[in-house]
Amino acid sequence: MLIDRIEARKNPTKHTLVALVENKPGVLNRVASLMRRRNFNIESLAVGTTEDPTVSRMTIVIDASRTNAALVERNLYKLVNVIDVQDVTNLPTVVRELALIKVRVSDAQHRGEIKQIADMFQSRIVDVAKESVMIEVTGEEQKVDSILNVLQDYGILEVVRTGRIAMTRG
Amino acid sequence: MKLTGAQVIWETIIQQGTNVVFGYPGGAILPTYDALVDYQDRVHHVLVRHEENAALAADAYFRATGKVGVCMATSGPGATNLVTGLANAMMDSSAVVAITGQVASHLVGSDAFQETDVTGVTLPITKHNYLVMDVNELPQVMAEAFYIARSGRPGPVLVDICKDAQQKMVDYEPITSVQMRGYRAIKPHGRQDIPALLQRAKELIDHARRPVILAGQGIKHGNAHEEFREFVEKSGIPVATTLLGIGVLSEDHPLNLRMMGMHGEAYVNQAIANADLLIALGMRFDDRVTGNLKTYAKNARVIHVDIDAAEINKNVPADVGIVGNVKDVLRELTPLIEKRSYPAWMEQINEWRADTKAHDVLNVELPEDVLLAPHVMRAIWEETKGECTICTDVGQHQMWETQYFQHTRKNQLITSGGLGTMGFALPAAIGTKFGRPDEEVWAIAGDGGFQMSIPELATVMQENLNIKIAIINNNFLGMVRQWQELMHNHRYSAVEMWTPDFVKLAQAYGMCGMRATNIKEAREVIRRAREHNGPVLIEFVVEKETNVFPMIQPGKSLNEMTRRPIQPAALGGGMQFMKEKAQ
Repeated sequence: MLIDRIEARKNPTKHTLVALVENKPGVLNRVASLMRRRNFNIESLAVGTTEDPTVSRMTIVIDASRTNAALVERNLYKLVNVIDVQDVTNLPTVVRELALIKVRVSDAQHRGEIKQIADMFQSRIVDVAKESVMIEVTGEEQKVDSILNVLQDYGILEVVRTGRIAMTRG
Repeated sequence: MKLTGAQVIWETIIQQGTNVVFGYPGGAILPTYDALVDYQDRVHHVLVRHEENAALAADAYFRATGKVGVCMATSGPGATNLVTGLANAMMDSSAVVAITGQVASHLVGSDAFQETDVTGVTLPITKHNYLVMDVNELPQVMAEAFYIARSGRPGPVLVDICKDAQQKMVDYEPITSVQMRGYRAIKPHGRQDIPALLQRAKELIDHARRPVILAGQGIKHGNAHEEFREFVEKSGIPVATTLLGIGVLSEDHPLNLRMMGMHGEAYVNQAIANADLLIALGMRFDDRVTGNLKTYAKNARVIHVDIDAAEINKNVPADVGIVGNVKDVLRELTPLIEKRSYPAWMEQINEWRADTKAHDVLNVELPEDVLLAPHVMRAIWEETKGECTICTDVGQHQMWETQYFQHTRKNQLITSGGLGTMGFALPAAIGTKFGRPDEEVWAIAGDGGFQMSIPELATVMQENLNIKIAIINNNFLGMVRQWQELMHNHRYSAVEMWTPDFVKLAQAYGMCGMRATNIKEAREVIRRAREHNGPVLIEFVVEKETNVFPMIQPGKSLNEMTRRPIQPAALGGGMQFMKEKAQ
């Protein structure tokens, strides 16, 4: 199942939209409501503040094989609180996702192996408990998928992913 | 100057040029109604009998005047009753500002008496909405609400105002221009190379041999009637209109083919199905217009002009898509094209048209005791010489009106298109009469739709509105029955309708009531109704089971339409029911 997901994530039909929206109550609800009522499928949606406290930034990933990305873009743009929308899919972009992964450890040897894997992925162990460790990994989705794939054998207890954030280069 | 929030509401309404508000008071909006007492000389409040009708009347007021329609309701049930009317305004792009009272700001979220999350409820059916908890935001929000409602593609905007925000004082200066961060009236996404797009459009027009213009309501909203007529006459291209596009070009214009779509005349849809170029202006390729998209005008190139970028390529892919006001686009496009005519194409269309005419129900000689709705529509048209505004409801009568009333005046028909809101006609006629006080206004409704709006007869009387109401009574939900007959194997389910004695009902309201059961009586009552200086309700008792044809059944293609079953009159044919009667 995980492999399927990795395949799907490599799918070039994935489009990344970056929307700048007014930082007002209910704006996320407006965007979510639009997606729902137009029957647009979204894969991930990440929201956060920007350099301007009155502006929030949303990174929205949609599967363009199921949803017309241009239509999503135009409909988003119609929302009164949306300042700008850009489809950055085909632009030179830095794309990142952050994941926290809790992995089962049964003995010290496992812990050592997991530490090694974490190092190889240039990720960090951020919590160590008696029967688990928590890894923080940052990168493009494929990297997160890869480490998840490798760690699968040890027993993944919990995963949280932020969804994609993106910024055009230059 | 220092004003209360309530005063700011009325000041803004007056400043925006609207002098009629349709509404219904209640607890959370009481401060605003209190302030109304001091504004009564400048704005007229119409007390409707149900909030839905306030929204529908405001919608029609906009369509009749181009000025923003305003409706008002209290919190909770008052506001939720507006919902259907707002959805109607959203679907048909009507500029409406709805003002609702909300519980005091400290009670928001506590399930207080008559508290409903109205901005949440109306989010998907408004162009935008606001919850105002702080009176200091109110002047700006009110100005923005009117601006958003009216500009670009018009639509409803709801402003939900907490009771304490209506009561508190604020520094008020009239706001004359609105600058908003995200909102632009016309928002083409990315840069549009307009000259290149127009050039490409011109080339498509130059090479077309069987072009058709699809004219929609955007021409009305853009007030582009003149530019449109010039474009049509210079290009020589025949025009098919959408339901809401009726009235953008006189229907006696030689190039106006009239309404397209599900119940458009056969030749209109034949022309579209065989076109090699469609020029869509201010319309959105609704499914009632296109039928099956897979087969829709599949040999046609498409030029699509719309003010809403999200409509381009939504249903029908455009070879040239231009986001803009139709008026501005046509001003630039018309000079580029050559003056032309299409004799062979028009000859073909006229051949189809002659075939349609031969099947017309008006050619059938009716028995004396029979009345058909098409004849009523034709009689109203003939008796009024077409000089009136018609507000129709939704269903069979609505489609017959489009077929048998020739609309020659600008924006003459006011009807519920996209949402198909039963009960629209009477409140719409009320809103229209306030917008066009010197105009003869007819509300035409079926017995089903009319029974949804009966309470507004009281509003008509209270406001002493000279409206003529025509009820086309077949004791059925006619259009639903027609679908059950044609698509559900004649299994009638919940469509038969008992109706009250409409003449007595009118009399109970102190209104003049009349009834007609054959064409002679129909003409007579229409004449008498027009002579009567005051509201009149007429019941036209029509044949129970007649269908609206032609018809493209849902999901079918334009060329799969069901034609009128009537034999050409010359062959001595008639309708099925008349054969049965003769036996």
